[in-house]
Amino acid sequence: MQNLPRLPDGRLEERFEPAKPPYDAAEAITEANRCIYCVDAPCIRACPTGIDIPTFIRKIATENVKGAARTILSENLLGYSCSRVCPVEALCVGACVYNAWERSPIQIGRLQRFATETALATTPMSALVRPRKAATGKRVALIGAGPASVAAAGWLALDGHTAVVFDRKAFGGGLNALGIAPYKMQGNDAIQEMEWVAALGDVRFELGQGVDAARLAQLVDDFDAVFIGIGLGADSALGVPGEHGPGVYGAVDLVERLKSDPSFAVDAPHGAVVVGGGNTALDIAHELAVLGVTEVTLAYRRGRAAMSGYAHELDAARKDGVRLLEDAVVTEVQRGADGEVTGVRVARAEGGRAVAGTEWTLATSLVAVAIGQGRVTSLVEGLAGVQVDSKGRVVVDAATHRTGHPKVWSGGDCVNGGKEVVNAVQEGKLAARDISRALGGA
Amino acid sequence: MANLEVDFCGIKSPNPFWLASAPPTNTGGQIMRAFDAGWGGAVWKTLGDPITNVSSRFGGIDYANTRLMGLNNIELITDRPLEVNFKEIYEVKKRYPKHVVVASLMVETRENWREIIQRAEDAGSDALELNFGCPHGMCERGMGSAVGQEPKVLEEITRWAVEDAKTPVIIKLTPNTGDINEPGEAAARGGAHALSLINTVKSIVGVDLDLMVPNPRVGGASTNGGYCGPAVKPLALFMLSQIAKNPMTRHLPISGIGGISNWRDAAEFIALGATTVQVCTAVMHYGYRIVEDMAEGLSDFLDSKGMTSLSQLRGAAIGAYREWGELDLDYTVKARIDPNKCIGCNLCHVACMDGAHQCIHIPGRSQAESVAAGHYHVPEHIPAVPVTAAGAPAGRFVPVVDDHECIGCNLCALVCPVSGCITMTQVPGPTGKSHTWNDRVAAGTDVNPGSMLSTLQKRGLAP
Repeated sequence: MQNLPRLPDGRLEERFEPAKPPYDAAEAITEANRCIYCVDAPCIRACPTGIDIPTFIRKIATENVKGAARTILSENLLGYSCSRVCPVEALCVGACVYNAWERSPIQIGRLQRFATETALATTPMSALVRPRKAATGKRVALIGAGPASVAAAGWLALDGHTAVVFDRKAFGGGLNALGIAPYKMQGNDAIQEMEWVAALGDVRFELGQGVDAARLAQLVDDFDAVFIGIGLGADSALGVPGEHGPGVYGAVDLVERLKSDPSFAVDAPHGAVVVGGGNTALDIAHELAVLGVTEVTLAYRRGRAAMSGYAHELDAARKDGVRLLEDAVVTEVQRGADGEVTGVRVARAEGGRAVAGTEWTLATSLVAVAIGQGRVTSLVEGLAGVQVDSKGRVVVDAATHRTGHPKVWSGGDCVNGGKEVVNAVQEGKLAARDISRALGGA
Repeated sequence: MANLEVDFCGIKSPNPFWLASAPPTNTGGQIMRAFDAGWGGAVWKTLGDPITNVSSRFGGIDYANTRLMGLNNIELITDRPLEVNFKEIYEVKKRYPKHVVVASLMVETRENWREIIQRAEDAGSDALELNFGCPHGMCERGMGSAVGQEPKVLEEITRWAVEDAKTPVIIKLTPNTGDINEPGEAAARGGAHALSLINTVKSIVGVDLDLMVPNPRVGGASTNGGYCGPAVKPLALFMLSQIAKNPMTRHLPISGIGGISNWRDAAEFIALGATTVQVCTAVMHYGYRIVEDMAEGLSDFLDSKGMTSLSQLRGAAIGAYREWGELDLDYTVKARIDPNKCIGCNLCHVACMDGAHQCIHIPGRSQAESVAAGHYHVPEHIPAVPVTAAGAPAGRFVPVVDDHECIGCNLCALVCPVSGCITMTQVPGPTGKSHTWNDRVAAGTDVNPGSMLSTLQKRGLAP
C-alpha cells in the first residue's frame, strides 16, 4: 500500500476545534434510534451519491456498525469525508421529514461519520465494499487527485483496472485536503481516506506531477482511458487599485496556506475584509474570526438573499463574530508607507454595482478575495472531440461523464463549475462505471 | 375533585395506588417514604424462611431509546430476618395508621403458614397476600408459582390461610398457567377474600453474546426470572378481565398488577375490574414520586367523565370485552390520512404493502408501476396532493388509501409517527345491518369458529 505524504505539523488549521465533534457509540445509537426509517426517503433523494441513509442509520441502531459502513461505502467510497464536509443542512438533513414535523432533523452527517470512522478503524475498506474483480490489465490515468479522481480510482480498482492519479501538488486530495474549513475536517483526514481507497486495488498516486497539454496527449495515447478531474484554477482578482501585494489573498489560496503551510501566520491587527458572497467567502471569513482576527467583515455586493453561500454557514460565521456588509463593493485597497494594507475603500452598491461618490474607508490589515476561481480547462482543448463550454466547463454526457473523445472522461469542479465534494464523488463514480463498461470490465 | 378512596375487602385505602411486593417495599423506611410521597398502600416484600439472594439480579429490555420496556428479576423473597420485618411493619402501621400495609407471605407447611400469618397480623398487617406467583427460585422449592400452577394445592393452602387469618386473604396469581381461570376459581373455592394479578412472567431476558451467558449474569451462569414492566401490561389486562368476567370469581375484589406506570394504565385496570392497582417496575425506574401524577391524573380523569368515585369507573369496560363471535361483522372503518399533518415518510405505505392489504398508494406511479410494486387493485385516479407541512421536503406526496382494498385493520394508523395524522373512520358496512358470527351460527348459515364440533365435522370425523 502506498503511504501518502502527510501535511506537516504546526499548521494553523490544527488550532481549530471541530464544529461537530464525533459521536461516541451511545450518542450515535440514541440519535439513530430517532430515525423513523422512511420509505423512499427524501434524504436519499437529496444525497448526490444516493446513499441508503435510513438503512445505514438502522444498522447503527442495531449496533451493526460495519454493515452501516458497507451501506454507505457501496454508494460512496468517500463516505467518510463526505460525512464531514457535506453541507448536510442543504442536502440530506435539510430533506429529513422531521423538518416538516418541526422537530430537529436526524444528524445524518454525524451518524455517517460514526459509522465509517468506527468501521474503518478496525476493518480495511476492502472488507466493506464489494469484492474486487480479477485484474484486467487495463490502465486508467486520472489527472488531478481531488475527490472526483479518488472516487473514480477506487471504483476502477474494484473493477480490476490499474489507476494512476497525477497531481501537480505535493499533497493529494485536492480541495478535500487543502480547501475544507478546518472546523469541518483537517487535511490529513482526507489524505488518510485516500490511502484507504488506494488499498482497494491497484491505485498509485503520482504527486508533484503536473500534466501539461503535451503530457496529457501522451497519457491519452499510453493509457486505456483518461479521467480529467482538474478542478478549478486560481482565485479571481477584483481588478482594483492596490490589490497586488502583501496582505491581499485569494481565498482558496489563503485556506490552502493555513491548512498546509506551518510557516504561515495570519497577522491582521486591524481586522480583515473578505470580498464575496459564496461559501468560500463564508468559510474564510469564519476561519479568520475563529483564528482570533477581530473585526472580520464580509463585503458582498448584493443583499443577503442573493448570496450563493448557505444560510446556515452565514449564521454560524456571524455567531463567531463575522459582520456582513451588504450592498458593498470594494473599489480600492489602501496601503501604508511600507506597502502594508491599511484599509479598503468601499462603495455602496445598487443592483451589485458601485454607486459613484458613496465610498468610505474601512480600516483593515488583510483582504481575502473570494469572488470565484478561474478555469484550467484550456488543458483539454487540444484533445480531439473534447469540448469546453462558454463558462470554461468540460462538456460531458450527464449519465456517463464521457467527453467527446472516446478515451476521455471528466468530472468534478472542472465539469460542474464548482460544486460540493459529494458532487465530484458522484461524478467520479459515474465516470468510472462508464470507463469500466467501455473497457469491457463491467 | 373526585374521591380516590377505595374499600378493598373492608380495608379503607386513601387511594388505589399500592406498591407491589418487590424491592420498593423491602424495608419500613422505604415504605414510609413511599407513603409520604402519596402511595395509599404497600404490599411488603414477601416474607418467609430466610434465603440468600444472588448478585446480580435484574435484566432489562430497552426498545429504541426507551429504557426498561420490560424488567426481569431473579431476586427471591426477603433476605432480612423475619423479626426485623415484623418490627418494621409494626412501626409503619403505628406511624401511618390510615395507610394500608399488606404482608406478602410464602412458606411451606401448614404449621409454617399458621405461624407466619399470626406474626404478620400481630405486627399490624391490614391484610395478607399469599404469593402463589413467583416463577423463579422459590417455585423450584415447591412454593410460589409451583402452588399457583396446581389448583388443588392452591385451594388447600388458601383454605388453611382463611381458617387461620383474622384479616382478608388475597391470593396472588401467576400468569404462568394455561388458563388463569383455573387458579382463580381454586382460590375462590378455597375461600379467598380477594385476588391480585398478575405476578411476573417466567422469562429469560436476553443473552450476553460475548460471554454466551443469559442475563442477568451471576458469575458464569444465569437462571430464568420473572418478567414485568410495561411490556406485560396487555397480558395482565387480559387475565384481569378473565377473572373479572368469570361468574366463579367476579365477586372477589381484585388488585390489578402488571406494567402499570401511570394514571392511564391504572384507569384501564380499574375499568376492567380492579379495585386497587399495584406498581413495581415504574417505581424501580423513576421512584416513588410518580404517584403524585397518578393520583392527580386519575382524579382529573374521573372529573372529566363526571364520575365522583372510583366505584363508577370500576368494571366499566368489562361489558364491552366480548368473545370474537359476538363482534359486529358489519362494522367497517377505513384509513383517512390528513394531508395537513402528513410529513411524507411513507411508513403507512410500506406497512400496508408488506404487512397488510396493499391498499396505500404513492401518487405519481403508473398503473404498471403500481402493479409491479405489489398492488392487486389500482384506483383509476390517484390524486397527487403534495405534503404541505412547513419544512416538508419538495416532491413528496400524501399517500392515498384505496377504499376498495382497505380492510380497516389500523396498521397504518399504528405505524404513522404523527399523532392524529391517520384516523380510522367508520363508513357504512357491506350489509348495512349489524350481525355477528354467533348470529350466523344461530341462523344455521355458519359454524361456530374453532369449536371442537365444527373442526371434527370439517375433517369428516363427526356427523
